[in-house]
Amino acid sequence: MSVEAWTTTFVIISFMLYLYIGWRSRVKDSKGFFVADQGVPSIANGAATAADWMSAASFISMAGIISFLGYDGSMYLMGWTGGFVLLALLLAPYLRKFGKYTVPDFVGDRYYSVWARLVAVVAAIFVSLTYVAGQMRGVGIVFSRFLQVDINTGVIIGMVIVAFFAVLGGMKGITWTQVAQYTILIFAYLIPAIAIALILTGNPIPQVAFGFSDMVDKLNQVQLDLGFAEYTQPFVNKSMLDVLFITIALMVGTAGLPHVIVRFYTVRSTRAARYSAGWALLFIAILYTTAPAVSSFARYNLIDSLHNKTVAQVQQLDWATKWSNTGLLGFEDKNGDGRIALTPEEETSEITIDRDIIVLSTPEVAKLAPWVIALVAAGGLAAALSTASGLLLVISSSIAHDVYYRIINPQASESQRVMVGRVMVGFAVAIAGYFGVHPPGFVAEVVAFAFGLAAASFFPVIILGIFDKRTNREGAIAGMIVGLAFTAFYIIGVKFYGMPTWFLGISPEGIGTLGMVINFIVTYIVSRLTPPPPLDVQEMVEHLRSPELDGAPLSDLGEEQLD
Amino acid sequence: MNSVSFMSGSVERYSSREQEEDKEVKAQRLRAYWRANTTLIRNLLIVWGFVSLGCSILFVPLLNNIRFGSVPLGFWMAQQGSIFTFVILVFIYAIKMDKLDRRYRRK
Repeated sequence: MSVEAWTTTFVIISFMLYLYIGWRSRVKDSKGFFVADQGVPSIANGAATAADWMSAASFISMAGIISFLGYDGSMYLMGWTGGFVLLALLLAPYLRKFGKYTVPDFVGDRYYSVWARLVAVVAAIFVSLTYVAGQMRGVGIVFSRFLQVDINTGVIIGMVIVAFFAVLGGMKGITWTQVAQYTILIFAYLIPAIAIALILTGNPIPQVAFGFSDMVDKLNQVQLDLGFAEYTQPFVNKSMLDVLFITIALMVGTAGLPHVIVRFYTVRSTRAARYSAGWALLFIAILYTTAPAVSSFARYNLIDSLHNKTVAQVQQLDWATKWSNTGLLGFEDKNGDGRIALTPEEETSEITIDRDIIVLSTPEVAKLAPWVIALVAAGGLAAALSTASGLLLVISSSIAHDVYYRIINPQASESQRVMVGRVMVGFAVAIAGYFGVHPPGFVAEVVAFAFGLAAASFFPVIILGIFDKRTNREGAIAGMIVGLAFTAFYIIGVKFYGMPTWFLGISPEGIGTLGMVINFIVTYIVSRLTPPPPLDVQEMVEHLRSPELDGAPLSDLGEEQLD
Repeated sequence: MNSVSFMSGSVERYSSREQEEDKEVKAQRLRAYWRANTTLIRNLLIVWGFVSLGCSILFVPLLNNIRFGSVPLGFWMAQQGSIFTFVILVFIYAIKMDKLDRRYRRK
């Protein structure tokens, strides 16, 4: 069977599986639709969170980015995993104990204000929309690269699949398809990684091969010979302070992203939320500790097979010819010496490498069977679809639950609420699809927004809402607005209007850290200058802080089922 | 489910037991539980910050003089060690909180 035939088969089988799961988990009531009946076991929620979190970018592009940045790529590895420690210790258990449906729900109830709720709704929708546009585009790109389907057709196929299980099953349908998607994407990632580790180092475990073979040393030497900095050399592309700020912004942003937080509303108890965060991070870490190994192996292998070879030698490599046809790999003998050479300067380098090729070409470079390549395609689709569905539900629930039910029509019946939820998912899918077909030119630029804004808006007000009883409505609203405005001003100014990075040279990706600090300070000071929150809100905070089901022994809960 | 029914539901369920415990004793027990919880969180976050922001960013130039396996230690911490530590920290928190829950839950 050809690669295309295998890919078509795998994609169809995985899509049938998602549709089947979506049909099996269809729901009727709002609790099922918005929080999966709060009955998801913690390991399953961990896998769903991992799939929800790891997007097309994590799966396809991250290893490539690291392979170009070397040490400096660590900020993504640590930023996108370290945030789960904050989530597990500071947010998830308390938000689960709060027991509602959305992030704006907590903000609105804790700060007893429709305005606080609305600010949170706007931030949640904005953050999720910027993020989802990239996912739908990712689906289209995987289709076009692996199946030669037009990108737009690919986006529409993806929209139909997501719409089916998200409209029918809401959070419940999304949860169980995400569990299946995690399984597919992790196998798709690990099989080529294990193969290339085995071929290049003789050790099948990428993490061990990375730390204990001479691969990184050899790569360092090659990099020096070609005029690059050593691969392990820190702070080549960014200053130490910038790396620090970006890492913190990504960590805090991760902990403040609504589509990640709501996953912890779906488990059975506070205790399950704590374990679930551990499982989620473990499942994510499996991919995130494999990625840097793939990055260094694939970079070494690419340089080793291409650098200083004659054009004829390179053309004999099947994968090099194939990927140069897609434009992801380019060769040009610029100085006419009959050999192609890789150099640090773009003008003189005769080899151009797109970052996505690091993951996409690994199976072929490692001479794996065609079905492995097909599995990578299915894995990329799983990563994009799972993240897209989680984001779509946040957009839907922000409007259907927070705006429609909590503000416009509190008397709405169960069936009305679910109906509005379904319509809003459909609506959100259509918008996401539109952005997938007509990607705004600034998609790559606005990703910095999602993390920066989440860090500067939600994170401080949720933390203070739990850990500081004195924080009140006035403080929270002022903090969110000032944090958001400052962060947006800096990012837009630097990205679009050529403003210098006047704050200690911090890049826009890292400014969310400062936005968060400003939010904390403003919230704290304004809260102290205005009246304390009402007594019932203070009691609610006490309730969040008390041991779960005070009085009931653990055995009554069916402890063994929780984790 | 709105906030009123949620709160009253839990009050009804435990109201008979609540009355048996002295109000002051209960407040003290909950304060002790919260203090133990925040101390645990603080300690774990110190480790988290030391490993990720410290060993993997601020002290990297220093740690890179030491080798771990066959790579510089600072580099290894940033790309592997810190992530392993994160996973361990989250599970430690979950397990320790089970113990706290058992100790401070009303018998």
